[in-house]
Amino acid sequence: MKFKALCAAAIVAVATPAYAQVEIQWWHAMGGALGEWVNGLAKDFNDQQKDYKVVPVFKGSYDEAMTAAVAAFRAGNAPHILQVFEVGTATMMASKGAIVPVTKVMSDAGLKFDPKAYVPAVSGYYTAPNGQMLSLPFNSSTPVFHYNKDAFKAAGMDPEKPPSTWPEVALAAAKLKASGHKCPLTTSWISWTQLESFSAWHNTEFATKRNGFNGLDARLVFNTPLHVRHIENLANLSRQGLFFYKGRAGAADATFVSGECAMYTGSSAAYGNIKRNAKFASGISTLPYYPDVPGSPQNTVIGGASLWVMAGKNPVEYKGVGAFFDYLSRADVQAKSHQTTGYLPITLAAFEMTDKSGFYAKNPGSDVAVNQMIRKTTDKSRGIRLGNFVQIRAIIDEELEGVWSGKQGVKEALDTAVRRGNEQLERFEKANRS
Amino acid sequence: MVERRPGITLIAHLVLVLGVLLVSFPLYVTLVASTQTSEQIVQQAPMSLWPGSNLIETYRAALFGGQTASGSRISPVAPMLKVSFICAMVIALGKISISMLSAFAFVYFRFPGRTLCFWMVFITLMLPVEVRIGPTYQVVAGLGLLNTYAGLTVPLIASATATFLFRQFFLTVPDELVEASRIDGAGPIRFFIDVLLPLSATSIAALFVIQFIYGWNQYLWPLLFTTDESKYPIVMGIRRMLAGGDAGNEWNVVMATAILAMLPPALVVLLMQKWFVKGLVDAEK
Amino acid sequence: MAIEKRVRFGNRWLPWLLVAPQMVIVTIFFFWPAGSALYQSVLLQDAFGGSTQFVGLENFDRLFSDGSYLASFRTTAVFSLLVASCGICIALVLAVMANRVIRGATLYTTLLVWPYAVAPAIAGVLWLFMFAPSVGIVSHALRGLGIEWNHLLNGNQAMALIVMAAVWKQISYNFLFFLAGLQSIPKSLIEAAAIDGARPWHRFWTIVFPLLSPTTFFLLVINIVYAFFDTFAIVDAATQGGPGKDTAILVYKAYYDGFKAMDLGGSAAQSVILMAIVIALTVVQFRYVERRVQY
Repeated sequence: MKFKALCAAAIVAVATPAYAQVEIQWWHAMGGALGEWVNGLAKDFNDQQKDYKVVPVFKGSYDEAMTAAVAAFRAGNAPHILQVFEVGTATMMASKGAIVPVTKVMSDAGLKFDPKAYVPAVSGYYTAPNGQMLSLPFNSSTPVFHYNKDAFKAAGMDPEKPPSTWPEVALAAAKLKASGHKCPLTTSWISWTQLESFSAWHNTEFATKRNGFNGLDARLVFNTPLHVRHIENLANLSRQGLFFYKGRAGAADATFVSGECAMYTGSSAAYGNIKRNAKFASGISTLPYYPDVPGSPQNTVIGGASLWVMAGKNPVEYKGVGAFFDYLSRADVQAKSHQTTGYLPITLAAFEMTDKSGFYAKNPGSDVAVNQMIRKTTDKSRGIRLGNFVQIRAIIDEELEGVWSGKQGVKEALDTAVRRGNEQLERFEKANRS
Repeated sequence: MVERRPGITLIAHLVLVLGVLLVSFPLYVTLVASTQTSEQIVQQAPMSLWPGSNLIETYRAALFGGQTASGSRISPVAPMLKVSFICAMVIALGKISISMLSAFAFVYFRFPGRTLCFWMVFITLMLPVEVRIGPTYQVVAGLGLLNTYAGLTVPLIASATATFLFRQFFLTVPDELVEASRIDGAGPIRFFIDVLLPLSATSIAALFVIQFIYGWNQYLWPLLFTTDESKYPIVMGIRRMLAGGDAGNEWNVVMATAILAMLPPALVVLLMQKWFVKGLVDAEK
Repeated sequence: MAIEKRVRFGNRWLPWLLVAPQMVIVTIFFFWPAGSALYQSVLLQDAFGGSTQFVGLENFDRLFSDGSYLASFRTTAVFSLLVASCGICIALVLAVMANRVIRGATLYTTLLVWPYAVAPAIAGVLWLFMFAPSVGIVSHALRGLGIEWNHLLNGNQAMALIVMAAVWKQISYNFLFFLAGLQSIPKSLIEAAAIDGARPWHRFWTIVFPLLSPTTFFLLVINIVYAFFDTFAIVDAATQGGPGKDTAILVYKAYYDGFKAMDLGGSAAQSVILMAIVIALTVVQFRYVERRVQY
């Protein structure tokens, strides 16, 4: 593999009189410690070979990086690799001539690429129905259930036996409230945890056409009786003072870390932050489910971002991109990334390597997320591929806020969200028709 | 001010102190947060308002970079402060100079298309930068100015605030002064340099502060526009410390860097007050 | 422009030379990109511009048939009025006071202008630290007073929050220009009035305020523009337009569509509408309010 790349590079070197190191621009949205991780990966790759130089460039938040890339692309100045959040997947895919699928990049570079080596629920999200992987999963997380072990003890519950079903969660919340806890339950990223992953976890569709994988004419269906029942349960818990809405996106994370809320469904990637900053013992468990729903628990939907390859570059540069992706997929690189950042390992080999090294034994709970994903996915649980997904999530936030504040009923809220969301899907379909 | 009325002066002081407390409270929060440790900030809800004991550690990490307690590496702020400074100076000086000239033309001359030009300039206030930022990138890229200081600053000079302010001010200058300088045989340029410029001292000072801070705090345009880390201004540096995703942030170092980033503007505010000399205008008139 | 100066210089080519630098920059870096941006309002495109369809006024149609968009007109009006009036009044009071005291004026001025230097990225975070329901510093204090603060679900509190955040930023700005304006008023005029026996309150309204009116007019226009355009970052950091759509001001939706949702056509259409509104407001101000300004 590497030999072929070297040969290719050598041929190019002979062919072009002035040989220079090929620079590969990688635009990302990782700040803080995660930014260090990105820089470390690039440096490691650059140190190991001399043909290509990956240059990571921090471009703000996911939205800002996307905006920058769009502006740059339209000016003919796109980066080679762009990190895009999972809800931008349909946008990237449907944009004519904007991207090159990863499978194509790898095969053009003459690199062996086995889709089966990847964790199904992780790579499935970024794979086309025909099996072609479109983008490389990079920092993937999944919703899990975090809980405050100390609070459990104070409420007379066994801290090592977290609730696994929603009825059990309701009971636990009641006990926590009885023991004086102000905020038993909350959630972050409400659409992702309580509707999207909820659907996949219960092997139910969130949208038609296999959640949008099979066409731009998919439409939302998260207002089925099961969904209504679940949100109705949450609304009841809210009325009883057991569930508290703590804001959009990841705003609720801080309330768990500070000890204000005792249980919450949030990203597995919050693990590192919690372990470091919480002054109580915390635990992770799988996302709760309804035991009476057939097929549950299935698998959850990933969050995070993936790496896309932009179109319009020359073959030599794409070879470099391929080499870098090959490097990123190596088991040892993956394992190290997984262990330092808390993001999911994207290959099965990396998972096994981490397991064998005793990492999971030393850090109990860090394998929960992976276990939720290492399952064979069904057509309904592979992932979600919807256009204008950013707007749809905002619509869901808005309508559900009406529920928590008591302004509207659950069925009405979900129906309105579905209607407004479908308008967005229609618009996306129209804009990306050709 | 005119009569000695201690009652009114006392009220004035009280109002000012109250105003300062309200307006500066967020700044105080920033300062206090920068003296605590990252854990203290997130664990205590609400955050304690008393200064913590971690001041030296935090500021050392913010100024010189290096490993922090939780393992993330901070990059030193000095290069970014330099970029911000250059941007701020170029934008402030650039805006003030071209605006003074055009305001002078609009107010003191009559030429065909004057009203049209004024409104053309004024319309720049009516469409925010963010809306036109994508196409601006294309224009700048087309001119070959990517990753240069010119590209970083010149597009931001195209706004009407300063022109509008100078227009307001010039309209208040008494006509007698113009006639007096005419009698002295001075042309428009002489008038501008000898009379208008000194009179505008306070306006220039105020504008300089505002535009300097505006250029200093630039974030979105540099973000979109640069790919070269040596051209990152300080606010981008602060932003880069925020991990995004669901990872935790080193709030104390972030706040410390924010305080450091606010020191040069504070200096500018202090220094420019020398130009706010009471009675300077009085003597001229 | 209705206001004209009586004296003027007669040169023919000098004014062109004087305005040239600004016109050149404005044309290249404003009109060219702005035209391009606004043209997108009649297009329907995918994010990267690969497929483009001309759709005429369809983007505008869609906006005007969206109930929540129309509702945000009202939200914006309330917001802008509150921000402009509070910002100007509070700053004026502070500036008059600061102009009056001799001792400590420099310190007061520095402390009142300095908050303008807080980077917007940090300001957003600070407001969250202070106002997060139940754990924020201010929320905690309010609860002590018996007020339950939860702007996540209470629309009025959410509006109060963004108004406070927006006004806070502008107080420093307005204060600085008011102070500059006050400093330009000749002391001799005030002294003459005082000798005539006029009391401070009377002096303020008959002499100071009229002489300050050019500055006030300037700030009025600028504050309205600010409230309409430059406040999306605050809304984004504090409430993201929520709860529901209670704080979704017009510019927030435009920014959201352009930056987060990658709907450049829709965002451009909204910008055209916003621009039209602000131009109309400004023309009204120049035509009717400027009449009362004393130069």
